[in-house]
Amino acid sequence: MKNLSELKLGTKAVIDSFSDKELALKLMEMGCLPGERIHINRRAPLGDPIAVSISGYVLSIRKAEAETIFVNEIK
Amino acid sequence: MTHSKKITVALVGNPNSGKTTLFNALTGLNQKVGNFPGVTVDKKVGACQISQLASKNKVDTEFIDLPGTYSLYPKSMDESISFQVLCDPKNEHHPDVNIIIVDASNLKRSLCLATQVIDLKTPCILALNMIDLIEKDGVNIDLKLLEEKLGITVVAINARKQIGIGNLKQAILNVKSRENKGSFVDIKNLCPDLIADIQKRIDSASDYNAFQIACNYKTITDFSADDKNRLNQIISQHKFIAKRLQATETVRRYKAIDQLLNACVEYPENSKNNSLTNRLDNILTHPIYGFVIFLGILFLIFQAVFSWSEYPMELIDNAISQLSQFVANTLPDGAINSLIVDGIIAGLGGIVIFVPQIAFLFAFIAILEDTGYMSRVSFITDKLLRGFGLSGRSIIPLLSGAACAIPAVMSARTIPNWKERIITIMVVPLMSCAARLPVYTLLISMMIPAEQKWFIFNLQGLTMMGFYLIGFVAAILIAWLMKYIIKSKERSYFVMEMPTYKTPDWKTVVYTIIEKVKVFLVDAGKIIIAISIVLWALSSYGPSQAFEDIESKYENTENAEVIIASEKLEASYAGIIGKSIEPAIAPLGFDWRIGISLITSFAAREVFVGTMSTIYSVGDADNTKSIREKLMSHKNPKTGEAFFTPAVALSLMLFYAFAMQCMSTLAIVFRETNSWKWPAIQFIYMSALAYLASLIAYQLLS
Repeated sequence: MKNLSELKLGTKAVIDSFSDKELALKLMEMGCLPGERIHINRRAPLGDPIAVSISGYVLSIRKAEAETIFVNEIK
Repeated sequence: MTHSKKITVALVGNPNSGKTTLFNALTGLNQKVGNFPGVTVDKKVGACQISQLASKNKVDTEFIDLPGTYSLYPKSMDESISFQVLCDPKNEHHPDVNIIIVDASNLKRSLCLATQVIDLKTPCILALNMIDLIEKDGVNIDLKLLEEKLGITVVAINARKQIGIGNLKQAILNVKSRENKGSFVDIKNLCPDLIADIQKRIDSASDYNAFQIACNYKTITDFSADDKNRLNQIISQHKFIAKRLQATETVRRYKAIDQLLNACVEYPENSKNNSLTNRLDNILTHPIYGFVIFLGILFLIFQAVFSWSEYPMELIDNAISQLSQFVANTLPDGAINSLIVDGIIAGLGGIVIFVPQIAFLFAFIAILEDTGYMSRVSFITDKLLRGFGLSGRSIIPLLSGAACAIPAVMSARTIPNWKERIITIMVVPLMSCAARLPVYTLLISMMIPAEQKWFIFNLQGLTMMGFYLIGFVAAILIAWLMKYIIKSKERSYFVMEMPTYKTPDWKTVVYTIIEKVKVFLVDAGKIIIAISIVLWALSSYGPSQAFEDIESKYENTENAEVIIASEKLEASYAGIIGKSIEPAIAPLGFDWRIGISLITSFAAREVFVGTMSTIYSVGDADNTKSIREKLMSHKNPKTGEAFFTPAVALSLMLFYAFAMQCMSTLAIVFRETNSWKWPAIQFIYMSALAYLASLIAYQLLS
């Protein structure tokens, strides 16, 4: 299991769990739920924030926020 | 429903769902923008009459456009308004009917909020926006089945193309409550006793409504301290942990949504995955092209606000001066004449003159927002600005501050985080705005000869550029300082949707301009007129004996109006204040004459040139010299040499670079922060900064 910020551009993964309970509530409302597929779409020019595809749309989150999301990579 | 009763309809939806476009389509220009009591969230209410097809009865309907949100749980001031209107049955805007607007291309996430609102059991209609677009992509939605599963009327619309608006209006009249159907999440199962106890206190609340109140009652402003205490007792008695149940609820809700979508929606085998948006993003968020394009757009905005608005501003200026001449000549001489011309019309002119700049800036911001580009700007600049306590959304306010701080402060509203927004508002007036230009031009021309060059560059131009740079650097540094000083309980999230690109909806752009100009004229206008009248009184009245003495002194002198005016200004209360602050400003190299100008400049910086011109007219009975010559020939009474040395000019320029001398900006900061605390802090810190900078410059150079 890795955290979301460690994944390379273009990889797909499945969300496992969150380490920040407060942020998790916000993320879950936005469709980032455990079991949901997530795809690393792009990085901002300075490497932070990142854009991910989730639940049929594109979401931008800061790297520090991505570190609180644990995922299992789909090979 | 009879025609006599007015129906209140709330528009609920995610950000970027097309909610505002639908609101405009439903109400046209019959809208009123105000504030919700106690907060700076815009309250948009619009009216329309719906004719019943069968009986031809007209039904008065009032629509309220609620701030966009992703769920009922409030995380910001805006979202708290949506929560309170929907969940507090006693709220003055509590709706009879909810229209939930859903972007069809984003069904899954949209249905989170939609099913929450449905579970509140207020009669609802689902407006499925832009369904025609996703059908083109091969997505197939079974509307009948969706309607059945949701248990409410579903109307397919396209708000931009005005499709389905009539059907939606009819659906409002025919809406049925959804009493017999179950809820998407059986919340009563999670905490039955708590919900029963809350329903004893708020009897009309549905199960889910009671649960929402238990989770978020602290944010409901209509509840008294007594109400909140009782709710607090109930909650601790049942050992209710809101956050844990909120997580459980969200997971279950999405499970229910997944089941529903599996039954109702068919996606094509190989979906195109928004390829146009994806290709555009490859360019617009590119490390090089992304910034180049962004700078190009900024340049265009800057041009528009700075130079395209010059012509309409000139027209307004002329119209105002014609009006004041007309009034001055028509009304009999006296205090009333002077009050109307020099107080009210002058104050009014000072406000209306900014309308073209505000209109241009907001036209661009509306276009950038509406197309979806704004979130890309935030995406590429967020990291750069975060180090200074700002965010990606601060870039537009900061740069528009170089034209005028007023629209810039208003545009800071797009910053969702409170702390980042306050810091942005606090530093925006440090950017060198257009009103500083005449002051700089005059003082630079006195300090540096026009022909002086540094290599091939004109030194006057370089100095001017330097002052723009000083403003920007000061803004960034103060922002960085404030990052450590301002405390905020609100966490800074950057969890932001990057919507698909759309062509701008011109109607929305026009409505945004009208709305922003109205807000500025009405809200800031009231305060500015009041301060203008005070300043007028201070500079036109003084101890009556002194005024009579001046009148009698020049009784037999011809063409003495200018001298009388300047001596009267000296004897007025403003003059008295100017003289009394002289000891304080002497270390900066200023005398009481500059003191008067500093005081009158509080109305607006550009007043400086006019005031200086009046004051230094003493001894120039024909008033023939230019303002620059007048100032240059003024001698220092102590040394006998020219008063305006480079040290004085530089000190004065630094003062104008940093000081908060613009009551319009203070008024708009008050309006945007809804408290006098922030404009007061801003005024004090900027004055202190100005004083220190001038003091150091003058003491080092003289």
